[in-house]
Amino acid sequence: MRYSIGIDLGTTNSVISYVELEGDAEEPVQGLLDIEQLTAAGSVGKKTQLPSFLYLPHEAELAESDTTLPWGPQKERLTGVFARELGAKTPIRLISSAKSWLSHGGVDRRSAFLPLNSPEEVLTLSPLQATTEYLQHLKNAWGSAFTESSFEEQDITITIPASFDPAARDLTAEAARAVGIQHLTLLEEPQAAVYSWVKAMGEAWRDHVALGDIILVVDVGGGTTDLSLVAVTEDDGNLILNRIAVGDHILLGGDNMDLALAYQVRAKLAKEGKNLQPWQIQALTHGCRGAKEQMLTDDALDSVPLVVPSRGSKMLGATLRSELTRQDVEQTLVAGFFPDASINDHPVEKPRGALTQMGLPFAQDAGITRHIAAFLSKQASATDQLGFAGQDDFIKPTAILFNGGSLKAPILANRLVDIINAWLSEAGAEKARLLDGADLDLAVAKGAAYFGYVKQGKGVRIRGGLASAYYIGVESAMPAVPGMEAPVEALCLAPFGMEEGTDAAASDREFGLVVGQPVRFRFFGSTVRRDDVSGTLLDFWSPEEIEELPEIQATLTAEGRKEGEVVPVRLHAKVTEIGTLMLEAIPREGDERWQIEFDVRDSAV
Amino acid sequence: MNIDFSLVPVTLDVVHVGLAASVIFLFLLVIIVSRVSKAKSSNQGDSLEPGSAEIKPVEPVVNEDLLKETAPEAALQLLMLLQQDARLIDFIHEDLTGFDDSDVGAAARVVHEGSKRVLQQVFSFQSIRNEEEESRVTLEAGFNATENRLTGNVTGEAPFTGTLIHKGWKVTNVSLPQLAKEHDVTVVAPAEVEL
Repeated sequence: MRYSIGIDLGTTNSVISYVELEGDAEEPVQGLLDIEQLTAAGSVGKKTQLPSFLYLPHEAELAESDTTLPWGPQKERLTGVFARELGAKTPIRLISSAKSWLSHGGVDRRSAFLPLNSPEEVLTLSPLQATTEYLQHLKNAWGSAFTESSFEEQDITITIPASFDPAARDLTAEAARAVGIQHLTLLEEPQAAVYSWVKAMGEAWRDHVALGDIILVVDVGGGTTDLSLVAVTEDDGNLILNRIAVGDHILLGGDNMDLALAYQVRAKLAKEGKNLQPWQIQALTHGCRGAKEQMLTDDALDSVPLVVPSRGSKMLGATLRSELTRQDVEQTLVAGFFPDASINDHPVEKPRGALTQMGLPFAQDAGITRHIAAFLSKQASATDQLGFAGQDDFIKPTAILFNGGSLKAPILANRLVDIINAWLSEAGAEKARLLDGADLDLAVAKGAAYFGYVKQGKGVRIRGGLASAYYIGVESAMPAVPGMEAPVEALCLAPFGMEEGTDAAASDREFGLVVGQPVRFRFFGSTVRRDDVSGTLLDFWSPEEIEELPEIQATLTAEGRKEGEVVPVRLHAKVTEIGTLMLEAIPREGDERWQIEFDVRDSAV
Repeated sequence: MNIDFSLVPVTLDVVHVGLAASVIFLFLLVIIVSRVSKAKSSNQGDSLEPGSAEIKPVEPVVNEDLLKETAPEAALQLLMLLQQDARLIDFIHEDLTGFDDSDVGAAARVVHEGSKRVLQQVFSFQSIRNEEEESRVTLEAGFNATENRLTGNVTGEAPFTGTLIHKGWKVTNVSLPQLAKEHDVTVVAPAEVEL
């Protein structure tokens, strides 16, 4: 049997779903893999979710039999539930949020620096290696359950945030290659959510959307918030889904909400003169997550008690008690993460202090509503080419699709819908409706597996292509002014909307590359400039429309040439079938190709 | 070396004599075992016959096949889970005298929440009867006596009509984690030493 496997490689949890590709059934048979993993020392349990944590134990810490899995012992690197449990008590040996690091342009994602700030004797891994470890575990778990169908030979779709830059996409593909995946496609998570919704609706999906609809997809995951717009158009009488815009990378998610609640409770306890130790805060965060879920799904609950038991065997007397009230939840979550905002209230990003400790670039503004307002305003012209009328200052979605566990709570989902509808009403537009019917926790994996099935021409496929145009920095031919940096112009290499498996025209402009010496280029991306074609040269742009990305580097190998020789090359972009951007340097003569690498950096962290 | 299995042994060597003897022995063994087990099952049938009301003194015969020892591994594993997630062993070992109900209540919350999670993960429960408790139910002849326990004024013949006191629970599925072969299950909670 051949399968389409969908892997939701999440910041805090990973999920695998699969669809049979060879069945005759009208509707494909879909399943979720129960992932075997260590749940305690010596215990192997099956869970739908594999917590994306990697624990690097001390050699004296665990007996070999403590880490036995069906495919052998995991002596040096543990993943899953047990890894998370061990890491809660020994954080210096725990790698978490590897996915956020993988998409962080400010660090060398190939250098081994995780766990961050760990003592020297602890083994460290790069974000790329950590990602590879999770995939390896998923591959082994698949192999243990499906002995007849080798993982490498299946059609595999790995989901990534829509806001992943070309380097992060490349690194994800590299991790997949490292575990032997042969047929890989990368799919944006909000698109996977849409596929999952289409699958859940069956043929009826066409009755729920109409020509001219703009669907806003809001995906609030554990660690990131991902936004996308999907427009509904028509071709020969058939409805077509087009992903027309994606949002910026926002490191803000459900985990932040739990932490915010725990800090709220901690402040309450501090007023009573009780100061908490780190392990107590951690237990409190865990308790807050449960209490939050209870309260958000049950309107009648006014407070949920929180109890943190002592760590010793004596339980009574030493137990820490508090409670989470409805007021805490509403104040922290509703006002903090879903604040009332107008369409013109956009997130305020203050420049960070120079002494900021190295860490992930978490969103400074926790107001998800403000991030959405900024996204809709920034993408105001996203539908211009489709001829949709009346968008003006901001995109006016007609439908909303939610994804991510945090939005399962009706109070949060309704609030978000109300705020967006208030913007629409004020602008004189119709209210948007909520598209429901998808499983918010598992939709991404399920949608990814279904996408593999759709790819065979068996259902509606979302048109997308690059959600950004890419530019290379070129020093302009201006007379040098002392004390001023030479102005930079941006040469478009890959236009917006380039589809998978297509090439852009090579640049007319030639660049001199020195054989054997790496040459750096500045690199830029724009999620709003839809009209630039390959070869467009920009000498001016506003900071909001073009964002600088990590530098890229071309190295000409010395084969057949003399070291130090200058070779004129043209630059050429293509989007691979996998969904990654590829830049190549092509010499004037001959048919050689040199790949240009993304994300290069001199120094490790 | 080539071996031709179609060859018939032409000489009578010790190995073949031995093989023939063991075939005959095994054949006899199979016959004896099957007779014994037939006899046993017919005995059981007799003693369970509801019609035989005449009371005879039953000769106590120790038959080890009627009872079984349960393996302690699964029990220890469940205990480990209940300690890990619900602190059950710690809680039960506490002396409650001297603590007021709010202290006990706080600890009980930990135990309740954790135990609930463990039970949900390990077992799938189903109630045996779907009728409301305290409502009248009727058990037809041939009802399942393991699933339904008659109490109180137990007389007469089926159908039996009475009040449903407890709807009963049945486990439809057990999913305990697998264990590493060498793993010592008697350690239900390791000592913890913080460095």
